[in-house]
Amino acid sequence: MTLLVHAPHAHVPMTVSQVMATVMLALAPATLYGFWLYGWPSIFLWTVAMGTALLAEAAAVWLQGRAAKPVLLDGSAALTAWLLAVSLPPFAPWWIAAIGSVFAVIIAKQVFGGLGQNVFNPAMAARVMLLISFPVEMTMWAAPMPITTSQAPGLLQGLAITFGSAHWDAMTSASLLGHVKTEFSRGVDLTASLPAHFAAVHGGLADAAWGKRSGSMGETGGLLLLAGGVFLIVRKVISWHAPVAMLLGVAAPALLAHAINPAHYLGVLPHLLSGGLMLAAFFIVTDPVTTPNTPAGMFVFGLLCGLLTWIIRSWGGYPEGVAFAVMFLNALTPIIDRYIKPRIYGRDRKGQSLQLDAKEGAK
Amino acid sequence: MFIAIFSLTLLGGSLGVFLGYAARRLEVEGNPLVEEIQAILPGSQCGQCGFPGCAGAAQALANHEAPVTLCPPGGREVVALLAAKLGVEVNLAEVKDSVPHMAEVQEELCIGCTKCYKACPTDAIMGAAKQIHAVFREACTACGKCVDVCPTEATRLIPVPVTLQSWSWNKPDLERAAA
Amino acid sequence: MNPFSGLFSSFRARGGVHPDGRKDLSAEPPIRALPMPERLFVPLQQHVGAAARLSVVVGDRVLKGQLIGASGGNISAPVHAPSSGRVTAIGDFPSPHPSGLPAATITIEPDGDERWIEPDVPDDPFSLSPEEIANRVGAAGIVGLGGATFPSAVKLNLSRKSGISTLIINGGECEPYLTCDDRLMRERAAGIVEGIRLIAHAAGASELLVGIEDNKPEAIAAMRQAAAGTDVQIRVVPAMYPMGWDKQMIQVLTGKEVPAEGRSAEIGVLVHNVATAWAVREAIRFGRPLVSRVVTVSGAAVVAPGNLDVPIGALAADLIRACGGLASDPRRIVLGGPMMGTQLPHLNVPMVKGASGLLALTGKEIGLPSPAPCIRCSSCVRACPVGLLPLEMVAHIRAADLSAAVGLGLKDCIGCGSCSYVCPAHIPLVHFFNYAKGELTALEKAKLRTDATRKLADTRNERMQRIVREREEAARQRAAKKAAAAKQKEPA
Repeated sequence: MTLLVHAPHAHVPMTVSQVMATVMLALAPATLYGFWLYGWPSIFLWTVAMGTALLAEAAAVWLQGRAAKPVLLDGSAALTAWLLAVSLPPFAPWWIAAIGSVFAVIIAKQVFGGLGQNVFNPAMAARVMLLISFPVEMTMWAAPMPITTSQAPGLLQGLAITFGSAHWDAMTSASLLGHVKTEFSRGVDLTASLPAHFAAVHGGLADAAWGKRSGSMGETGGLLLLAGGVFLIVRKVISWHAPVAMLLGVAAPALLAHAINPAHYLGVLPHLLSGGLMLAAFFIVTDPVTTPNTPAGMFVFGLLCGLLTWIIRSWGGYPEGVAFAVMFLNALTPIIDRYIKPRIYGRDRKGQSLQLDAKEGAK
Repeated sequence: MFIAIFSLTLLGGSLGVFLGYAARRLEVEGNPLVEEIQAILPGSQCGQCGFPGCAGAAQALANHEAPVTLCPPGGREVVALLAAKLGVEVNLAEVKDSVPHMAEVQEELCIGCTKCYKACPTDAIMGAAKQIHAVFREACTACGKCVDVCPTEATRLIPVPVTLQSWSWNKPDLERAAA
Repeated sequence: MNPFSGLFSSFRARGGVHPDGRKDLSAEPPIRALPMPERLFVPLQQHVGAAARLSVVVGDRVLKGQLIGASGGNISAPVHAPSSGRVTAIGDFPSPHPSGLPAATITIEPDGDERWIEPDVPDDPFSLSPEEIANRVGAAGIVGLGGATFPSAVKLNLSRKSGISTLIINGGECEPYLTCDDRLMRERAAGIVEGIRLIAHAAGASELLVGIEDNKPEAIAAMRQAAAGTDVQIRVVPAMYPMGWDKQMIQVLTGKEVPAEGRSAEIGVLVHNVATAWAVREAIRFGRPLVSRVVTVSGAAVVAPGNLDVPIGALAADLIRACGGLASDPRRIVLGGPMMGTQLPHLNVPMVKGASGLLALTGKEIGLPSPAPCIRCSSCVRACPVGLLPLEMVAHIRAADLSAAVGLGLKDCIGCGSCSYVCPAHIPLVHFFNYAKGELTALEKAKLRTDATRKLADTRNERMQRIVREREEAARQRAAKKAAAAKQKEPA
């Protein structure tokens, strides 16, 4: 007796694993560039993040009594770890990545019910937890030293930085947002702090735009992430609504505020290219699980996310606002979904069957 | 620090008092449920639930003294309706839907004693003295009274045969890989 | 339509998917007649509504087109003999349904002559009144041949009551593999156009449109040629699935939207399939009831896919044999198209009026997925042509909360399968929806049943109490009589 199967008897040749793999492919250029910029420590950090995430997921699934292999192969834990790794300071100690990964996979994802059930973006939840718990390690940025230059840490020194507790104070340098914020607290406004920051970066403004400055890999590789994001939109893995809305949500108030008070508010380009905004716009707010279902809902989500990011960056206590903004909006997703739904054919916005006027019919 | 402890304690305490007051003051009174529940039950007064007829079962359900799964002839549909009416959480997937049953008179054993049709609470059995009896499928609630009284055990409960009209799709089982 | 009408106007199709058409497998060979099988198995229920009522007995000799089952009620259709021959059996036979359950079926053994009944045709079909045309369409047993199988005469009568301004003929055929309507339009365009004009005459429509997908250029050309000089207009629509959904076709061609709880007739539109139009012409001009239809036999497991003109009641096995047999062991046999078609348990089931396609599919064609957890990617939301939220509805159905699913629009779901097709997690979304709809129907039936049995129980109780009362009354009267008699007997 054949097993009864329901229509349709044809299927689009796409799986969840393929979706995850495509996203990781889009992240690869920026990550590889980051490996080049920051050298061995960043490679080790990324590896630790990936490894612990997969181990944590395997352990959680084993505890539930399910087969581990299909769950690991769906690529979601790997993607979460990858996103977390590129948002960490590249020279961070290994245990930051390990704790973050375990938190992301077990607490922020498996505890909620596994893939598809989490309310908060696991990578962002882990980042927020790390930022609050270990503020020093999470805000120590290194100036980029391309792996080919002589000042770059070698393999052994890289091991020492990530796994040992080698001091690398000589290489510390503030990220753009961090530098600007600390200068504000010292009473120094943008007219002085910005040029000082760019002067510290070898090569000046052009190099800074191309990412040769301190920050996370997801921050400095901004333009490559933009390219990756466009690739995903063209391949229809993500839609344009959330990314465009988020960039708009940051760019619009930045433009306005910078025009009114350029000494106190950063312009559009510095905002867009720092603090992991590009990463968030194309890879975080497009996370299908934690964002709204409809294109209009996604747009609202992205817009509010961008706005909140700008607000936290400009007026809040933390230099970077993306992770907090995303977590906040994740909590609002069910409300957005409740009120923004497509209009059903033959019904009005309230769900009532269309009323006919004369014999013209509903238009 | 003491100010913090004091203020939070005061806040928590006052909110608790407010909630308690609201719980007393705004409690929903009355329970006009019994009749509505009785309308959901099959009404054949078979007694399989252990209560005196459907009215008794309705009363017990309204007082939350009986589980919503108490009515075998009602099947999963009645469980669902009762659960909805009483606001009770019930995992329908776990309710063993005994396939709907109906009575059947095995003609070769029937002696035409008329005991069964006199016992049937919904007049679902047609027959007369010395005539073979038969069951109207649509009127039978599978209460089982006819089975109890038949002297030759000609009557029995059988699962209602599935026809093209009554067939429906099963719930997909996602744990199993598709064939 | 201008280049921008796709962007801004209400003439735009929503949602939908673009599956691999695979029409090239069967689109080129012309329609062939199926060699008459040894036996024809004609079910009494091939349409929506009440089953036809048997009007022959075993042993009867019948002519082709003779009535063998009369219409069973207001919403029903009669059934006719697909060939001249003898009725050899009447009873249960496996139905072309996934359950494989039997249905009442008349078995006819063709005698090889294929003698038609005496036709009763007017000289000029267009001189008939609309009511007369509708009656003849009903008497011919014509039902919606696009697959819905709704009795066409009932549709015509209902529409005439509301008043129709636009008749749309659905030449969409958006399902992959199916090419029967395509070949019909290429080869029999003149007959179809006449059928369209007859339907328009019966419905009172002044605007006659034919919607054909743009992946059928030869059909478009043939229909344009046949419609030249008439008021039938051929309109090209973008190829996508489910363009053939009648409400989608109406929206794209007229910009009008049918109310959810209404019918298209309420906005003055009537939709019929091209094959139905052909059948109407056969019935009105030639007096031939519906006894055959074109069926696409396709799929990688078939040796020579193509289109066959099939008598109703031929077995699926007969069709496969006529197409060279099976090249390999098929993974699945499907009646209809791959998106909405039903799985057949085996090939010994009859072809019925609504059978537009017979597919023998290999595993590679089906895609054999295994479900993964839902990642809420909302591809299903974007694919749904009705504007529903499949992922949310399924979440509620899995939690056995059917009323929440209904609140999200479950009853508006047309079961097109676009959402299931596009889901990367391969979740059987439409299966969940049809399961839920089945549960809801069962709940409603159970409620009706409980109401009925309660009434029976109450009636019986009343009767019992009345009997008791009457007995007591009679006993009392007897006692009173006795007392009176005794009193009388007492000596003064």
